[in-house]
Amino acid sequence: MQRSSIAFWCGAAVFLIAMLLSTQFVTNEYPFFAGYVILQFVVLSVAWTILGGYAGYVNFGTNAFFGVGVYSAVLLIKAYEAPLLVQILVAGAVGGLLGLGVGLLTLRMRGIFFSIATIAVAIVIETAITNWRFVGGAAGIQLQRPPVMAPFDSYVKMLFFVQALMVVLAVAITRFIQNSRIGRGLQALRDDELAAECTGVPTLRLKLLACVISGALISAGGAPAALYLQYANPESAFNLNYSASVLAMSLIGGTAHWIGPIIGAILLGGTQQFLAVTISSEINVLVLGCMLVLFVVAAPKGIIGLVERIRRVGGKA
Amino acid sequence: MTTAATQEGPLLRIDTLTKTFGGFVALDNVNVEIRKGERFGLIGPNGSGKTTLVNCISGALRPNKGAVVFAGEDITQVPPNQRSHRGIARSFQIPRPFRSMTVLENLMVALDFAAHRHLLETEAHRRDAAMSILTRIGLASRAHVATTSLTQVELRKMELARAMATGPKLLISDEAMAGLSTSEVDEVLDLLISLGGEDIAIIMIEHIMQAVMRFSERVMCLDAGKIIAIGAPAEVMSNPRVQEAYLGT
Repeated sequence: MQRSSIAFWCGAAVFLIAMLLSTQFVTNEYPFFAGYVILQFVVLSVAWTILGGYAGYVNFGTNAFFGVGVYSAVLLIKAYEAPLLVQILVAGAVGGLLGLGVGLLTLRMRGIFFSIATIAVAIVIETAITNWRFVGGAAGIQLQRPPVMAPFDSYVKMLFFVQALMVVLAVAITRFIQNSRIGRGLQALRDDELAAECTGVPTLRLKLLACVISGALISAGGAPAALYLQYANPESAFNLNYSASVLAMSLIGGTAHWIGPIIGAILLGGTQQFLAVTISSEINVLVLGCMLVLFVVAAPKGIIGLVERIRRVGGKA
Repeated sequence: MTTAATQEGPLLRIDTLTKTFGGFVALDNVNVEIRKGERFGLIGPNGSGKTTLVNCISGALRPNKGAVVFAGEDITQVPPNQRSHRGIARSFQIPRPFRSMTVLENLMVALDFAAHRHLLETEAHRRDAAMSILTRIGLASRAHVATTSLTQVELRKMELARAMATGPKLLISDEAMAGLSTSEVDEVLDLLISLGGEDIAIIMIEHIMQAVMRFSERVMCLDAGKIIAIGAPAEVMSNPRVQEAYLGT
């Protein structure tokens, strides 16, 4: 194993142990309640970057994949009282299939068409769910949490740790893609699709693969939200805010490296949580918008682009 | 069976190829065969269909009629990346580097996805292979430079190097010398001549006549999508129809 891989897995282990220990020794539930949302956004942003960052295909339908994840879990709870792990796995599979379907229909087209199609998909699915009585329809559905499992003393803490595991999974997959020839192929097709084709890169296959993995991870990351909120309705599960937030987090962090969306999600997600408590939950959308505008103008390559530029300037001086 | 056929037959056969864009006929019943290892010059005035022909051979465009047969197999409906695997490589009239990458990484894309990848198992092997191609092309010192900071002639060379990295049997150079100075033209021309010779056929599209004359074993002249002359360079150049097409009347 390479040295960077060892460092990565050590870091992941330390992160997980720290998260686990915190659930055992911190009694106040609020940090986990807020932390869950931030971790969830880390998963979504990292997953979004696979297609939106590496391949340059901007997915505006994060909410479609997220909502599909939530409602896969709702359906499994309602129909089979399935355990959390099954909910996540099935949500991932459904999200992957959705990614494949959307990809097959739209990825032959370049750029903006794909983005528009992803918005349309979100609306279509939301409408379908709204009219599906069994999962609650437009009114939404209340969900009962099953008893919590040891070693956790509250369900929120358990979900927090589950989401921490998902972060490690999502980052590990994304990191693998970035370091493999898949990542190089995606980068090539983002730079110039025709040149990539003529250089032997199977562009359609790579785009589909990216769309499937990205979609599966977003849906899997959304699945625990059903039991986290103990309630689901189409309007909130398919809220366009998820797309806007995830897009902003990825772009502000920087999409050239997997660390970018993590930084972006922690920074923006943390700010949002802080503002929601101190001022109001409405203002965080405003802050999000302002930060996005600021970064697009001042640092189009995000925080990691900014750091690289500073480092290069520092190196020359 | 197939190997015998590929050895005897031409490397590339263009069969009654027709390509139209709306009412405009860009290629009109083009028939031509290119031998293994041949140096083939393709000339013609602007808009005569040279690049369209290249696009049909490399797979960027699908013809309306006719067939492209490569190494004995009909590849008319095969996508570009699989044509690359079969041994067709090209450079672009306007260079199309992967801009976010260094020169070496551009070549690594080709090697990562090449058909002969199994011969270069590890990343280190592929890196060595990329460096040896860059050395041959004369870009070794620029290997770790971003493609955005290359000069025009370096970009042209980089495209040829990237094409070579795919392991081609047929290399198509689409005006690799356009806009270069006289000494740079000679440099790229020497390079192209040296790249051929080893079982690699080269189709060179060019407007610079000295280069075409020096390079080609055979020359074909297109005008308005039709072949107006094909044969030995001197013969084609002295053809009155070719002179007319180029100089006008």
